[in-house]
Amino acid sequence: MSLTAFFAMVRKDLVLFLSDRRSVIVAFAVPIFIGSFIGSITGGDRRNGRPRVNVAIADEDGSAISKAIVAGAQADENLNVTITTGGEVKERVKNGTIAVGAIIPPGFGEGSMRSLVQSAETKPQLAVFYDPSRTIEVGLVQGVLTQHVMGAIAKAMGAPRPSLPFTISAEPMTSRENVPYNGYAHSFAGMGIQFLLFSALNLGIEMLVERDRGLWARLRSAPVSRFLIVGGKIASITTISLMTLLVSFGFAMLVFKVRIEGSVIGFLAVSIACSMMAAGFGLLIAAVGNSPKTARGVSTLASLVMVMLGGAWVPTFVFPKWLQQVTVIVPVRWAVDGLDATTWRGLGVSSAVVPTLALLGFAAAFTAIALVRFRWEER
Amino acid sequence: MDDVSFTVEPGRLTGLLGPNGAGKTTTVSMIAGLSSPERGSVLVDGHVLSGDTNPMKRKIGLVPQDLALYEELTARDNLRFFGALYGLSGTALDRAMTSALTLVGLADRARDRVKSFSGGMKRRLNLAAGLLHDPDILLLDEPTVGVDPQSRNAIFDNLEELKRRGKALLYTTHYMEEAERLADRIVVIDAGKVVANDTLAGLYAGVKDAGGAVSLEAVFLTLTGRSLRD
Repeated sequence: MSLTAFFAMVRKDLVLFLSDRRSVIVAFAVPIFIGSFIGSITGGDRRNGRPRVNVAIADEDGSAISKAIVAGAQADENLNVTITTGGEVKERVKNGTIAVGAIIPPGFGEGSMRSLVQSAETKPQLAVFYDPSRTIEVGLVQGVLTQHVMGAIAKAMGAPRPSLPFTISAEPMTSRENVPYNGYAHSFAGMGIQFLLFSALNLGIEMLVERDRGLWARLRSAPVSRFLIVGGKIASITTISLMTLLVSFGFAMLVFKVRIEGSVIGFLAVSIACSMMAAGFGLLIAAVGNSPKTARGVSTLASLVMVMLGGAWVPTFVFPKWLQQVTVIVPVRWAVDGLDATTWRGLGVSSAVVPTLALLGFAAAFTAIALVRFRWEER
Repeated sequence: MDDVSFTVEPGRLTGLLGPNGAGKTTTVSMIAGLSSPERGSVLVDGHVLSGDTNPMKRKIGLVPQDLALYEELTARDNLRFFGALYGLSGTALDRAMTSALTLVGLADRARDRVKSFSGGMKRRLNLAAGLLHDPDILLLDEPTVGVDPQSRNAIFDNLEELKRRGKALLYTTHYMEEAERLADRIVVIDAGKVVANDTLAGLYAGVKDAGGAVSLEAVFLTLTGRSLRD
């Protein structure tokens, strides 16, 4: 009898979930939409090289040197150059269309040649304008333009192109060669986890609705154990949460070429443990919530804080050091780290062990608190 | 509740009456195993009913006051779930569902979602869900609240049929005419205590002796007073 009742509970929750269009959209379509958006603005698929900085350049000099600078910038792998007028350069930076703009003023080529041999003379000025909200790009553009100015002057003087007395090799560092970074892997992990939590939260609140509607009374009047009731709920919430995560990742794999570059077993272990953690979270909501309405508000806030601090929106390495250390108490942090490790970092199954154990620990803790707090008897 | 004790018998309907807050639903909850009494026990066929998985719970069917149904599921899927809680599966479950739906006159709407049902149809399905595992005892907590006269009459017919089949029915209600029509015995509780436990004729006789009008409502008001209960 126990197994019949257990599978009936899981089946019922799955049918109810799939018959609720709003829940299905929230679980499947929304994370795909937001994951695609965040992935595209945070690097996207880098199999085709690094992202370039958009720069507008106005050549008001028109000399051989300024033309060589522009040509060098256009050929540079770090920049995506648009040639325009001085007024347009300032306008585009001002309205945020581009991060950095440069104006090569009249006489820049001749003046820079002269100042190179006569150091006392006033130096010509290459004007660089930048969006104050995007200061990281301006440093890169200044460095790249300096390199091309020096090259253009050397060429005009008939001297060999100046070069550094060393080279730098820059290589994306993952566990294996040719494992490229794919920003969609992180964004889909983050959004998958966020909406997996929302699905679990909704199912937890649904338990409160069931109590309000007398369904709980009917369930409790049947000869089924509390263990079976809780087990059935954990199984159904885990299944639906896992579906949410895997559908998101499946889409990212098909459309954005996200790959599990590391351990598939590790990826599945982290995904299942994360779904069980979400199930525990859902049970906790059902146990401590007084009514569906109040529980929804508080638990949505708690989910968003967990997701934010767990690095699902932006990677935790951008957090201050102290916050990076504190966020180990947030279960989402372990889920994001585990999924990052097994997808784009290309790490082996050992990288998933600690995140999986941590997530299972959170699942056990949430479930234990829920069981202690749960109101089994009717008032 | 304070020392409440009564018996329900096969083939008979016991009406459980009382003003608001008297303890009717609490009593039903204790019998159904939803809450535990501080003292005393519920006996089914002489066996103490205790624990979540007590097999004796199979002998009891609960029809809660609320419409305890999943609106998004079909009538059949609702019954499939509630039947599975009692270990029913396969052809036994199919037979039980067909029988329960036929009894309450919903066989032709079995595959429709409950949210498309009228209030009366939901009440009848609520009753069917409590009958699915063929319990010997049926607890009906105000099963006709908010239904039209036609549906109420259909439910009464169902209950008469269940009595004929030998089921023991415990029926809580605020409607005196329902108890007058259906009940073989009436238990009146007030403030958690049994204040009367007799047949309808016995209750009438008690009031006649006091010189009151002969109606269950008069008996009820005599026993529980006329002060408002909120």
